[in-house]
Amino acid sequence: MCITCITVLALTVSGCSSPAPGDLNLLQVGNGAEVQELDPHVVSGVSEHRVLSSLFEGLTDSDAATLAPVPAAADRWEVSEDGLHYSFHIRETAQWSNGAPLAAEDFVYAWQRILSPRLGSEYAYMLYCLKNARAYNEGKLKDFNQVGVRAADAQTLLVELENPTPYFLSMQNHFAWYPVHRPAIEKHGAIDERGTAWTRAGNLICNGPFLLADWRPNEILSVRANPRYWDAASVRLAGIDYHPIDNLQTEDRAFRSRLLHITNTIPLHRVAWYREHRPEILNLLPYYGSYFYRLNVTRPPFDNPLVRKAFSLAINREEIVNNVLKGGELPATSFVPPGDPNYPSIDAVQFDVDRARALLAEAGYPEGRGLPPVEILYNSSEAHRTIAETVQRMWQEHLHVDARLLNQDWKTYLSSMNTLDYTVARSSWIGDVADAVNFLECFQTDVGNNRTGWSSPEYDALLARASAEPDREKRAALLRQAEILLLDECPIIPVYFYSWKFLKAVELKGFQPNILGYIRWKDLYLDSGGGK
Amino acid sequence: MGLFILKRFAEFVPTLFVIVTVTFFLVRLAPGGPFDSEKRVSPEVLAQIEAHYNMDRPLLRQYADYLGGLLRLDFGPSFRKPSRTVREWLFMRLPISIELGLYGLAFALALGLGAGIIASLRHNSLLDHGTMGLAMLGICVPAFVLGPLLVLVFGLWTDWLPVMGWTTPAHKILPSITLGAAYAAYIARMTRGGMLETLSQDFIRTARAKGLRESRVVLRHGLRSGIQPVVAFLGPAAAGLLTGSFVVETIFHIPGLGREFVESAFNRDYTMISGAVLVYAVLVMGLNLVSDLALAWLDPRIRAR
Repeated sequence: MCITCITVLALTVSGCSSPAPGDLNLLQVGNGAEVQELDPHVVSGVSEHRVLSSLFEGLTDSDAATLAPVPAAADRWEVSEDGLHYSFHIRETAQWSNGAPLAAEDFVYAWQRILSPRLGSEYAYMLYCLKNARAYNEGKLKDFNQVGVRAADAQTLLVELENPTPYFLSMQNHFAWYPVHRPAIEKHGAIDERGTAWTRAGNLICNGPFLLADWRPNEILSVRANPRYWDAASVRLAGIDYHPIDNLQTEDRAFRSRLLHITNTIPLHRVAWYREHRPEILNLLPYYGSYFYRLNVTRPPFDNPLVRKAFSLAINREEIVNNVLKGGELPATSFVPPGDPNYPSIDAVQFDVDRARALLAEAGYPEGRGLPPVEILYNSSEAHRTIAETVQRMWQEHLHVDARLLNQDWKTYLSSMNTLDYTVARSSWIGDVADAVNFLECFQTDVGNNRTGWSSPEYDALLARASAEPDREKRAALLRQAEILLLDECPIIPVYFYSWKFLKAVELKGFQPNILGYIRWKDLYLDSGGGK
Repeated sequence: MGLFILKRFAEFVPTLFVIVTVTFFLVRLAPGGPFDSEKRVSPEVLAQIEAHYNMDRPLLRQYADYLGGLLRLDFGPSFRKPSRTVREWLFMRLPISIELGLYGLAFALALGLGAGIIASLRHNSLLDHGTMGLAMLGICVPAFVLGPLLVLVFGLWTDWLPVMGWTTPAHKILPSITLGAAYAAYIARMTRGGMLETLSQDFIRTARAKGLRESRVVLRHGLRSGIQPVVAFLGPAAAGLLTGSFVVETIFHIPGLGREFVESAFNRDYTMISGAVLVYAVLVMGLNLVSDLALAWLDPRIRAR
């Protein structure tokens, strides 16, 4: 009894101060879900990308404002006229965090590693634009020397592509393309072994502006300025602390008590308050992501394109964006969001109740008579539920459909989609690179991300022609044709384009908005900090 | 007594075996797998990942391998957090949850016993009704309401205490109170009930008649018998505090086992779920045993049985 009283008393007296960020010029970041791994060839999430982009650096980086490729580990490069051959010159001053020089061979080793079949990398497909990379990854080709990458000398990396890929340079700041330090990997396991200890603090060797100082899972991940980074002089932060907070309310409270400089996102219901009271810290930016509903075209009534189209026409997207979401989202006018500089967004998705009813009647369901009940599947989330309820009401009101809701947990929901065990399912796609093909390739025949049962030889042919087309304008025209075909056949119903919502302290400077949500950590600094 | 403990231990092994077996098969029956993700991987890649975790072997073989591993205290690798093994994760998480549970329990005992004794001594007074009303409120207000309320008052308005994390002692105050509050309320009501019953018994009257000080009557003679219901409640309460810390860990961003357990269930991280269930099972059974032993120590009648 006495002990318990003393314990409580001790706890009460001992700490009455809250640490404020800004100490030592350290940036405090709310980073969403816990980082599951720091191996760039094994991870797949956004929170991992945020951390890895501070630790590693690819051949090129992206300008934070324009997303145009800028020199990084390579200080220059040449491209052949047909767009198939690249020659990268690795920066003489680039080195690993242990002082070893960064060499062209490090990239060859890294790309071989991510493409190794046994590693089972989820992002290996990003490298399929390299010649023979797909065959090697699928185990059909055993000799890596036949894959389109080799080191001509210590500083020169030669790359051969399967097809001209206009976004090849922009992709280089994605973690799938990062180099890794061979001795660091092989000290703890084989080239194609996952889950070894090489990514732990003290073992991890990197080449980016920061290096791993501490990683206490579910608590904090700290990186500190890398003195051996080639551009260390321009890095103004002493370090970054990533806080893995996946609960929106907890993160919001942490920001309000000044424990964070920047959050991962904002709870939906707080947006209006911040807009009114603290607009200077609220950021609602366009984001390269599309929220849509998948329709299972293998089941009635959605095996009929007329019905699919009617359901799409009966959704008032303006209402969803303005009255339900209210967080800077845009009503979808197409599937591919605006943002690809070479691909003007199209306007093919409308709200037209009269036409919707006419199409439904033409399909044999006048006034919705004879339509089977339609179930909207969504994964557990307040926002998804609210949107589904709104769409349900619209379909009931405009089409007289018996629309129902079905909530499943994340993995069950994925399983239902993968096995086509659904009628309508809420979905989303976030672009990895600012290129329309990143969205459109999802709906090729038999592609894993299709999940609708829809297949169109014409659509597949258009995408195949686009990928072989070196001329950017002609390529864009082919992609445009494909998207129009997709929206006309309607295996999906676009709903809205995402916004990137977060809170940012006023003292955090150097931030540049972009549609990929890419943060170039080395540009950031704290105005109130005392410098390094 | 020795035989009693031995008997209870002998019951542990088959119970644990059943728990391990049911968990192993049940998690695999749930729809979806650990490697399903929004961006779907190709069948070739999926096959490679599954082979890495020996998931390509027949299920019974996997089960046999798992049991074999358990004998060596090897819970296998985590499917979703491959940078560490399940054992490492459990060893990292469990002490934090235990610490949180202990502070919660300490708070619950200190407040609950104190309030219960005072209420029983001032039976039917305003103090009694007030304390018991508060206790009822404590039982009714769930942690997910109390936690954010405490954060609002002590973190955001007054800036006295940090609102998240588990580093300094100051960080541990609000989570401990949030976790312990409901239990404090239960303990207060139980203590009051137990004490009222005890204080009306003959041996208390005898003690008073012998001229003992009131504090000695209450604390030495009354409390020992009066808190028996509380002691019986402590085993399940301690287990509840340890296993029910998920909400508090989420609100205050504490890297404990509760969060890990729930996350692993959502992620279908088979080995992690099984490992966490096993740890919880051992804890619950162990704590119930401790509670039984404490009761036996307090009441000679139970010892005699």
